[in-house]
Amino acid sequence: MLTLRDVSAGYGSFQALFEISLEVSAGEAVAVIGPNGAGKTTLLRVISGQLPILSGSITLQGRSLLGLPAHRFIEEGIAHCPENRRLFPRMTVEDNLRMGAFIPTARRHFAERLDWVYALFPRLRERRGQLAGTLSGGEQQMCALGRALMSHPKLLLLDEPSAGLAPVLVMQVFDLVRRIRAEGFTVLIVEQNIQQALELVDRAYLLEVGKVKLSGTAGELKNNQFLRQAYMGL
Amino acid sequence: MGIFDFYLLETIINGVLFGGVLALLALGLNLVFGVIDVIWIAYAEIVMVGMYIIYYLNVVLGWPLVFAALASILGVGVVGLLVHALIISPLLDTPPINQLLATGGLLFFLQSFATLIFGAEFRNLGLSMPILQFFELYISFSRLLAFGTALVGMIALYLFLTRTYIGTAIRAVAQDREIMSLMGVNTRKVYLITSAVGGGMAGLAAILLVLQQDVHPFIGYTFGPITFMICVMGGLGNLLGGFLAAFIMSQIISIGSFYVSTELAYVIAFILFIAVMFIRPEGLFQRRA
Repeated sequence: MLTLRDVSAGYGSFQALFEISLEVSAGEAVAVIGPNGAGKTTLLRVISGQLPILSGSITLQGRSLLGLPAHRFIEEGIAHCPENRRLFPRMTVEDNLRMGAFIPTARRHFAERLDWVYALFPRLRERRGQLAGTLSGGEQQMCALGRALMSHPKLLLLDEPSAGLAPVLVMQVFDLVRRIRAEGFTVLIVEQNIQQALELVDRAYLLEVGKVKLSGTAGELKNNQFLRQAYMGL
Repeated sequence: MGIFDFYLLETIINGVLFGGVLALLALGLNLVFGVIDVIWIAYAEIVMVGMYIIYYLNVVLGWPLVFAALASILGVGVVGLLVHALIISPLLDTPPINQLLATGGLLFFLQSFATLIFGAEFRNLGLSMPILQFFELYISFSRLLAFGTALVGMIALYLFLTRTYIGTAIRAVAQDREIMSLMGVNTRKVYLITSAVGGGMAGLAAILLVLQQDVHPFIGYTFGPITFMICVMGGLGNLLGGFLAAFIMSQIISIGSFYVSTELAYVIAFILFIAVMFIRPEGLFQRRA
């Protein structure tokens, strides 16, 4: 569904990604793992159009996404749940979800999608009138996921959904992502929590200093000697 | 003693009515600042444009007042749009001082332009509005009308900001502009709409002012400073804070005028403002970061 070919990108004179090639098929869950500063967030920003690329190509279902303005990517079916959740803190849960359904195609289905998100995350229904900034960390992550789902994306990008959460909540968040997967969404997830991530996804890419160092199925990577030694302390 | 209390009550009521107009004035400026992070120094002069629109259409061309008033809302809304498109937008990524200087330049431009077209004379609609009597209370009808219109305008803005997608997006931009494109929102468009709405609010305020005051090219100086003061006191960009600050200021001015004098009342209001700036520089009704 999503294909990146030799994508390079950066900020000013600093190049963050070097000729990345990556593929996500429909219905698949794929993880991008790697240390801090490897370019994982940059990669997601490139895929959701927040950062223009220097060279290479990005296509979604065969359609090129190059040159599209950033705010059009969600209409193409790419929803990006950003790092640190980035909810609108002084707006209610429901208004946050409303922003997730801003694009015209989603607006038309707002009421049913809202019901669907509330059914997926019943806690959000209880908190619907509460300001998002006053939610607990786990609830905020639910709200951020719900907001990203309101547009019913073809591809859901998740940037470190477990970051900054207590260990108990980390497990909960991975559970939430599992629920989203079970709904049939295609997910590309960036995680530092490598072991957890590999339990969740079908395939993964290991990024190091802006390059794909390793890739393979979750099972292969779990048994990869290099990965185990360098990143899992095994 | 009974009569005295009626005077005081009348003063307080007048303060509330005046507060409504000030609150409306503050609203447009606050909206634009809260969303775009830009201060329209020429805001009071933009209101003045609306006053001249009404004067010209109603007195010179003989339009019915209602149509002239609607034209003011629309006309100043377009002015707001143009201010953003022509002045603010090209300077959006430059230091804020540039935007201040540019809209400051607009202030002098609009003053001179008004003088060129209409001269420096004081102009008014030549309306004589009745004074209403409730028992022993005397309330000016124009003030009551102004207050009512301000209230309707504010409720309309509130509904727009809370019940529509674009209104929700306007509030969202004020909280986190960088992720708006992830929501599919084109922030440039939101800025233009916000500026038009802010201008429309200024056009509405112009109606209320022109009912009570003569218009002249320097009228902005009479209500501009207090409008800025109210916005800053309520916490710049905080719509509710500005709303409350407007009523606090109007009561100080109204009651101060009753007990001492109008001039001294303004002095008291400005001293209070300075005191607030020392104690709570972020404004009385702090806006969470």
